[in-house]
Amino acid sequence: MSTNIHIQVEDFDVAEEIDALTRENPAATGAVATFTGTVRGDDGLTALTLEHYPGMTEREIARIAAEAEKRWPVSGITIIHRVGRLKVGERIVLVAVASSHRAAAFAACQFLMDFLKTLAPFWKQEERGDGIAWVEARSSDDAAAERWRKS
Amino acid sequence: MNVLYFAWVRQKIGHSEETIAHTPELRTVGDLVTMLATRGGGYAEAFADRKRLRAAVNQIHAGFDAPIAAGDEVAFFPPVTGG
Repeated sequence: MSTNIHIQVEDFDVAEEIDALTRENPAATGAVATFTGTVRGDDGLTALTLEHYPGMTEREIARIAAEAEKRWPVSGITIIHRVGRLKVGERIVLVAVASSHRAAAFAACQFLMDFLKTLAPFWKQEERGDGIAWVEARSSDDAAAERWRKS
Repeated sequence: MNVLYFAWVRQKIGHSEETIAHTPELRTVGDLVTMLATRGGGYAEAFADRKRLRAAVNQIHAGFDAPIAAGDEVAFFPPVTGG
């Protein structure tokens, strides 16, 4: 099982990442599920600026990926998270999970995203016409991660 | 100890990193919060409400009751908002 974790300013190509993940372990891979998060332009939002805690971010994501691997028969995981200033419509995050079958790929992908949201040390600032403000954490994200602790 | 600040905690304090000598009174993360808050100004503001704060010791999420020691990397930040 390989885990590829990248924190970067640059954009990523989803199709390329799926191909690369599939090539890593073709004998064990029959399904690749992906999640892509993008900057949503609601309430006049024009851009986000993301910062993170270098070192802890990679470590925390690796720990979440290892937990996913324990729960499902995963053959490969790629997680890319961008930092810096991102405009509406730009990609923020990619979670791609390869597995032998789709159920595990879908479930592990959602699990990874739910815990990335609540544990990985990233912080967002929102830019609107009238200024810039830090995003508050949402209790619905905590609830989404909490569901997995009970199962 | 190396102490790091992120997001609005960093902005209120005015810098992202500093070295703080470990003393016997600083047994836990909470002790460090109490000590830093007494510095006043941006520190008092950043550490006023513990419910809005999260911490990590040596790059692992930690509660305010977590022990700290000389040489540790301690970080303070708001609840995370990535993804």
